[in-house]
Amino acid sequence: MDYGFLIPAFQSIIIASTPLVFAAMGELISERAGVLNLGVEGMMIMGAVVGFAVVIAGGGGVLGFAAAAVAGALMAGLFGLLTLVLYANAVATGLALTLFGLGLSALLGSQFVGLSADAFPKLHIPVLSDIPVLGPVLFQHDPMIYVSLLTAVGLAWFFRSSRAGLIVRAVGDDHDAAHAIGYNVVAIRFAAACAGGALAGIGGAYLSIVQTPLFVENMTAGRGWIALALVVFASWKVGRVLLGAYLFGGITIIQLHVQGFGISIPSQILSMLPYIATVVVLTVISAKGIQARSGAPRALGQTFKVTH
Amino acid sequence: MQLKKWMAAAAAGALLSTGAMADKLKVGFVYVGPVSDGGWTYEHDVGRKAVEAEYGDKVETTYVESVSEGPDAERVITQLAQQNDMVFTTSFGYMNPTVKVAKRFPNVKFEHATGFKRADNVAVYSSRFYEGRHVIGLIAGEMTKSNIIGYIASFPIPEVIRGINAAYLAAKSVNPDVKMKIVWVNTWFDPGKEADAAKALIDQGADILMQHTDSGAPMQIAEQQGIYAFGQASNMANFGPNAQLTGIIDDWAPYYVQQVGKAMDGSWSSTDTWGGFDTGMVALAPFGDAVSAELKAKAIAARDNIANGNLHPFTGPISKQDGSVWLKAGETADDGTLLGMDFYVEGIEGSVPK
Repeated sequence: MDYGFLIPAFQSIIIASTPLVFAAMGELISERAGVLNLGVEGMMIMGAVVGFAVVIAGGGGVLGFAAAAVAGALMAGLFGLLTLVLYANAVATGLALTLFGLGLSALLGSQFVGLSADAFPKLHIPVLSDIPVLGPVLFQHDPMIYVSLLTAVGLAWFFRSSRAGLIVRAVGDDHDAAHAIGYNVVAIRFAAACAGGALAGIGGAYLSIVQTPLFVENMTAGRGWIALALVVFASWKVGRVLLGAYLFGGITIIQLHVQGFGISIPSQILSMLPYIATVVVLTVISAKGIQARSGAPRALGQTFKVTH
Repeated sequence: MQLKKWMAAAAAGALLSTGAMADKLKVGFVYVGPVSDGGWTYEHDVGRKAVEAEYGDKVETTYVESVSEGPDAERVITQLAQQNDMVFTTSFGYMNPTVKVAKRFPNVKFEHATGFKRADNVAVYSSRFYEGRHVIGLIAGEMTKSNIIGYIASFPIPEVIRGINAAYLAAKSVNPDVKMKIVWVNTWFDPGKEADAAKALIDQGADILMQHTDSGAPMQIAEQQGIYAFGQASNMANFGPNAQLTGIIDDWAPYYVQQVGKAMDGSWSSTDTWGGFDTGMVALAPFGDAVSAELKAKAIAARDNIANGNLHPFTGPISKQDGSVWLKAGETADDGTLLGMDFYVEGIEGSVPK
């Protein structure tokens, strides 16, 4: 058997996983601050349509991602306004945000039917990109892959070691206590939700700008829900979210290759495999940490009202 | 969505109340996807527009898009039946609701796509897409250098399996060394996953891709990687100007124009139409530059031979994958077997997902 396909397969895995990395990281920020936003799918698809629109209009990829981040943040801002300021039910509002995003993106995107954008350029890092095997696997990607990894590293540091990160966690764990010692709970939550929305928007735009440079209605195809699930099964830990996203992307790609080799496993089972494997692995890892209520921010999804 | 349906109903209702157009035939369409999908539903809507263009102000068409194949369908079909003289329901899953509603509206003519249940006022129609698969199979067999054709399949239903077999047999007839790698993605529509499947197939050596999924993503990947592919349902040249060799186009316009015409002059009856190249319901997209003049002529000859009945894509001797004889030499497949096809022909590797 020729193993030459392994390197491109590995590259495909990284590309397939990256939208999930962005979206799940975004939801992680939001939930760590106690904001349960089920509208990830809606924010992603809005990012996808806005990012693609900017690229088609000639704005280029960087501006496309920036616009997608703004679109995602605006969606999250709307969510924040409804739930944090007007005390709407978070679950219902999140679901509504998804439906709203899917509908609005379809409306905006109807003019892009059949359009195709140019491929997003890949980085070529001198020396590193030319190393055999390791070069193509690690150092010949588009810049957004490195952005996603840096975001993950940055977030891990932020929540572990920075003062601001600890404040966000405090707000997510006990908003009354955080409020009592003088933090503006609503403002912090609002900011966290918007940051999360921006990352979800970038994740969606990665689909429409890099992975498949086109826009079609509902192209996120449920990735927002997978991102949401990843955060829960990874018990709100950055490293595990990253692991989960790559595991999911990895098995998705591997099962396609298995089929290409004509190995007789029913394709329906193979299609289920990414979901099952990701849930099982993350649950097993997280089982040990069960003592801390499985790591969930203790005030997750609870409404905060200033009473004094 | 709800709003759109409501508006369609309101628009139709407003027309009804003006009353003054008794000589106008009113035709309603139910779509399973959005008209902007660039594939299946888009082509049905092209057909609807052709009806309007053909008959001008003698017809009035309305449509309701993105109607899921559940309880919603029956409600929408009922609504359209109340306001129209003729209703086209354009997805397999509308079969039972269409038949049910048709019973209650005996004076309304119904046309159901891809189904098999008829009634006095319910006609069914579909296209012989496998005829197109035969032609693209010929082209792929001639043009592949790696002798590996990649096939992105959606769901293991007879329609899809028939397409795989037709393409493989045609490719094999011109290139005995050809192999087909098949990846099932279990979705009609997920650009990301379709692209991943395309990449996996290319990574495994495929240099020509075929797809039975709805988005242009595999065509884009083919373009990026400098290989070839065939469009599906609609002309996908935008996604791969160099990559698209040709494509299979579902052209509903001739059928819709014909049936609406029959409804107007009173000659409409419940029919079962399974049209191919002969009726124009299946057509080829323009050939790409990479297809040589010689090959183009060959492809066109195959199309014409199929259209005039000289060539059947499933002509024996053909064995099933397990080696048992399916068609003896010279024998052609009957429609019943084709409609229920659940097996691969000899030479295809892997197994049909059950």
